[in-house]
Amino acid sequence: MIELKQLTKTYGTKKKATTALSGLNLTVKKGEIFGVIGHSGAGKSTLIRCINLLERPTEGEVWVGGVELTKLKRRELQLQRRKIGMIFQHFNLLSSANVYDNIAFPLKLMGVPKAQISAKVNELLELVGLAQHQKKYPAQLSGGQKQRVGIARALASDPDVLLCDEATSALDPQTTDSILNLLLEINRKFNLTILLITHEMHVIQRICDRVAVIHQGGIVEEGPVAEVFLKPKHAVTREFISRELADEEGFRQVSSVPLPAWARLVRITFLGAKTYESVLSQVVRETGVNFAILQGTISTIKDIPYGQLTVSFEGDNAKVDETLKLLRERDLDVEVIG
Amino acid sequence: MTELDFSKINWDEMRTATGDTLLMMGYATLFTFLIGLPLGILLYSFSRSNHWFIGLLYRVLSLIVNILRSVPFVILIVALIPLTRAIVGVSMGVQGTIPPLVIGAAPFFARLVETALREVDRGVIEASQAMGASPLQVIRKVLLPEALPGLIAGMTITAVTLVSYTAMSGMVGGGGLGDLAIRYGYYRYQMEVMIVSVVFMVILVQLLQMIGDRFVIYFTRK
Repeated sequence: MIELKQLTKTYGTKKKATTALSGLNLTVKKGEIFGVIGHSGAGKSTLIRCINLLERPTEGEVWVGGVELTKLKRRELQLQRRKIGMIFQHFNLLSSANVYDNIAFPLKLMGVPKAQISAKVNELLELVGLAQHQKKYPAQLSGGQKQRVGIARALASDPDVLLCDEATSALDPQTTDSILNLLLEINRKFNLTILLITHEMHVIQRICDRVAVIHQGGIVEEGPVAEVFLKPKHAVTREFISRELADEEGFRQVSSVPLPAWARLVRITFLGAKTYESVLSQVVRETGVNFAILQGTISTIKDIPYGQLTVSFEGDNAKVDETLKLLRERDLDVEVIG
Repeated sequence: MTELDFSKINWDEMRTATGDTLLMMGYATLFTFLIGLPLGILLYSFSRSNHWFIGLLYRVLSLIVNILRSVPFVILIVALIPLTRAIVGVSMGVQGTIPPLVIGAAPFFARLVETALREVDRGVIEASQAMGASPLQVIRKVLLPEALPGLIAGMTITAVTLVSYTAMSGMVGGGGLGDLAIRYGYYRYQMEVMIVSVVFMVILVQLLQMIGDRFVIYFTRK
């Protein structure tokens, strides 16, 4: 649905040019929620703004829905942009127009007849739950309500793609959750492709199917969320995840405690239904080794439950090996870390 | 200093002068708006462009506006006499005053328009561009409605400035209350005429400011 090829963006003149994106490639499939995570200054804002050409890339191609936007003339681009909805961190609503008129705005730009506008806007007001607030002005709404207006407005022209530029970064945690749920709902209902950028791993974990980590203008890691989340490869990814898992700090403390020489420190990762099975206790009963749980998390990624335990096994070396083998046979991810 | 005797005032003449001032004000405000608004939009749009040629146009336009704004109005009236004659046929009276009023006030209003447009949140403009708005749609449907309170405030300031300009035009026989105040009050020492004329102008300014403020409050949604 979205394809970025060798995207490069530099600012300034040749002598003092700063590079925001350097030869970035990215593919977002139809119907998926794709998250791009990165620190401020990593280039994620530039990336999302390059997709609808609010910023023109210095080099590279931008394809959305099979159309190469970077090749289009201004007028053609204006037409294509209607198929790309966008919501913003600071909502960017018209302060001089009420909720109804804000949502109707893209339709008015397109010259849609009034009756049709009214039907569409009312439908969207229902969808985002703001029907009773339609006469209010943005200044009278809360942050969450403003973002709901933003979402309704972005959906008015029936886009194929929704771009979310830090859409929840200005909201409190509860409001963030309700907005994320709304995004998930519209993704499922309309099979709408969503590309979002964020600096919060929590957002990725809640709704994304796939994630890319952007660092210094390039993508350093990419994959299904569960994979990247549970087995991060790049230092930047680990940093984002450790901020989400408060117990990572606890783990570091654990790993500094001197363990008996015979103990073996192992990280076991459960994914999906296995999270709730008694695999660990079955296996140790079989092999007769003892274990102590040093640290653990059980949570969900999107709807998939997962668990991650740091365990120290105590017992005969061969028996511990046997235990690890049996755990692996049961499709658990087992990593010896000490 | 003699006692004030307001019975000496020729009220007929006062009425005509008040009418003249209102006429000059009305026409001048109208034309200032019609010329200043597009000029202000042009200034704003040019200042946003990255193109070298449009950048140059902006600097030229900006210079002209600054020159017109820095020439004292009294001098402008005199300097513009040939142009005024060419436009309205006369260089005195109500008609002869309107062109210099407009040429003096329009650049001033244009700057206020430019400033008001700059106050519009860039994010909102971007959002509308992302929705596929054309440059003209951005101006008509985003910039102008969003800047409306600022534009009304600018128009109010301009109208008040025009009141003092009409008074100045009295110096060179422009007609109206200012003319009356200068001819009778200043040259003929008729204190009463001067006081009444000035009081009328104060009332006029007060009314304009009040109406303007009301509209600004009404249209402010922030």
